[in-house]
Amino acid sequence: MASRRTIPFDYPASGAIAAALPGAGLPWLDALRAEGRRLSADGLPSTRLEAWKYTSLAPLAALEFAAPAADSVAEADLGPDAFDAVDGPSLVFVNGRLSASHSRFDALPQGLRIVALAEGLADDPAQVEALVGGTAPLNGDPMAAFNAAFAADGCIVETEPGAEVQEPVRLRFVAAPGGEPLAYHPRVIVRAGAGSRLALVECHEGPGGAPSWSNPLVDVRVGEGAVLSHVKLQIEGEGAYHTALTKAALAGGAHYESHLLALGAGLARHEIHVRFDGEDADCQLRGGYMARGSQHVDNTTVIDHAVPHCESREVYKGVLDDTARGVFQGRIVVRKDAQKTDGHQLNRTLLLSPKAEIDTKPELEIYADDVKCSHGATAGEPEADQLFYLRSRGLDHRTALALIVEGFMGELLGEIGHEPVRAALAVRVADWIGDAV
Amino acid sequence: MLTIENLHATADGKPILNGLDLQVNAGEVHAVMGPNGSGKSTLSYVIAGREGYEVTQGSIAYQGQDLLAMSVEERALSGVFLAFQYPVEIPGVGSATFFKTAVNAARKHRGEKEYDAMEFLKLIREKRAALGIDDGMMRRALNVGFSGGEKKRNEMLQMALLEPTLAILDETDSGLDIDALKVVASGINGMRAPERAMVVITHYQRLLDHVVPDKVHVLSSGRIVRSGGSELALELERSGYAGLGLESSAAA
Ligand SMILES: Nc1ncnc2c1ncn2[C@@H]1O[C@H](COP(=O)(O)OP(=O)(O)OP(=O)(O)O)[C@@H](O)[C@H]1O
Ligand SMILES: [Mg+2]
Repeated sequence: MASRRTIPFDYPASGAIAAALPGAGLPWLDALRAEGRRLSADGLPSTRLEAWKYTSLAPLAALEFAAPAADSVAEADLGPDAFDAVDGPSLVFVNGRLSASHSRFDALPQGLRIVALAEGLADDPAQVEALVGGTAPLNGDPMAAFNAAFAADGCIVETEPGAEVQEPVRLRFVAAPGGEPLAYHPRVIVRAGAGSRLALVECHEGPGGAPSWSNPLVDVRVGEGAVLSHVKLQIEGEGAYHTALTKAALAGGAHYESHLLALGAGLARHEIHVRFDGEDADCQLRGGYMARGSQHVDNTTVIDHAVPHCESREVYKGVLDDTARGVFQGRIVVRKDAQKTDGHQLNRTLLLSPKAEIDTKPELEIYADDVKCSHGATAGEPEADQLFYLRSRGLDHRTALALIVEGFMGELLGEIGHEPVRAALAVRVADWIGDAV
Repeated sequence: MLTIENLHATADGKPILNGLDLQVNAGEVHAVMGPNGSGKSTLSYVIAGREGYEVTQGSIAYQGQDLLAMSVEERALSGVFLAFQYPVEIPGVGSATFFKTAVNAARKHRGEKEYDAMEFLKLIREKRAALGIDDGMMRRALNVGFSGGEKKRNEMLQMALLEPTLAILDETDSGLDIDALKVVASGINGMRAPERAMVVITHYQRLLDHVVPDKVHVLSSGRIVRSGGSELALELERSGYAGLGLESSAAA
């Protein structure tokens, strides 16, 4: 019986989808999926849930989804790869399923292992079980429940202790919807072994046209003293819904950095949960969002300082035009024992139109007494002084505004260490600006 | 080149310029002095076209054109340059990138070929060296974290790059150390040319020791109350505004 905290959602053919999932019959996987189905049967989260207050999934609930056709994959025309100047292994998923012909992840550098999920379930289910079976419980993440129930594919990326992987591992998720609404729930598992270094570049893209829903769950563990740089570009069509959950658990001394560039879907929610499991770890969450038209982009972060001596930094910056709507919810929990926590959060938004809007909700829950925690938020039009200064040098209004916006976003991208990756994102930012201002 | 007649301007409904007349010819350097709050920066902003100032009476003609009818960028492209009293910081915008954009906008406007990266690099290196600006500053975001003196030198660099026809320099000498003052002064002198006019707003004779003006004007309560040759600045240096019978504060 659905409560008012959920929107009834008749995920169609869910029985048919479930029956066609790879690995059916494996007891541990059947159990995980059954649990996911049980938790998702209530429907989608409604705006009555505090965490979903500003983002309504009602339009998503109204869609009727078909089961994805398994054979549409190889033929799909993928369009240009945003990261084609970036070397390293790459996995391409079309409509949520691995496209072997577009992917290349053989001849991996030493210490790096990549297993495609559906393939792995067929070839070596025990190996997959060892990793997936031990993933975080679904504890109340509504979208994670859908992912658990319906994930058809995805991958496991693992580094051995001490491995230093030079080139990023790229994961490209392309929607190629046909005539009917299409949904997929990629599951990505990242295990960075102690002292290893790894970079991950996630890209979610798709054309306009028929509605699609991508619901990725990225489950990350950064081992002791390991360094993980996690870049995500999201650039999907107007008809797309994107509800992503990234859960990162950090061991002692680990460093996790997340660089997100969200250029949209019709509605996108990027939810990131970070939990500090060991001391002296640090995380940097940097997010950029650019939305126009009637796009909706939601960034929700939860940082759980469960242990002492950890540092978290969050900077989310975005640009909203037309009637676009932005949401930033940043929760920082500092538990009773988490002394000497150092947490800072900043959200800044440029509003290019009087009808664009951002809702910012910082939530600091601090139970320890010896901590440094702060947050800040600004939202407003580009500064008149800045525009005047640039125009007084002969730049027209459009060019001046474009420079200011590019500079505003460029400050975020400047933090990305891998130059070809940074440059690829900068191109996307410039394209957005070229179309918008 | 510049003819200002009976200019009245308000900001937020408050009268600031109250019937100002000024005539500047090509090839001339004029100094404008006057107490704090007398309207010097306001005059520069009205010439450059900043929003927030309303011209309620009077006219400004620039090279025979109605300057007040032109947009900010049209003014700039037709050769008007303002060196800001308080240059604006623009985070994330690289100085060199911005300069190239501005120089090429001007070249395009004049129907000249835009500079490519190499040509521009050569140009900026030359101009930079003359002003003692190091390359590191060029790679930083525009004015962000620059010292007061660095900001002023950066304004001079932009003037040198854009080669304006009419330059208004608003207190470019304040905040400069003695050596920087000399560098800036020789930069200004180097740009004196028969086809170019400059209006130098300043509080101090020390700049005018190096940049000897053709005319000096005293602005008070939004009007030019005295005009003279370079000796007027020396007189002010001796007796102050009070010696002219003017109040020396913004209480006008
Ligand atoms: N936007 C504004 N709104 C209200 N008052 C303004 C505005 N801009 C300037 N003023 C006022 O107009 C007067 C003249 O200011 P202005 O900056 O032109 O003086 P100034 O001569 O340049 O002074 P200084 O020597 O200190 O630089 C001052 O009293 C100032 O407070
Ligand atoms: Mg002034």
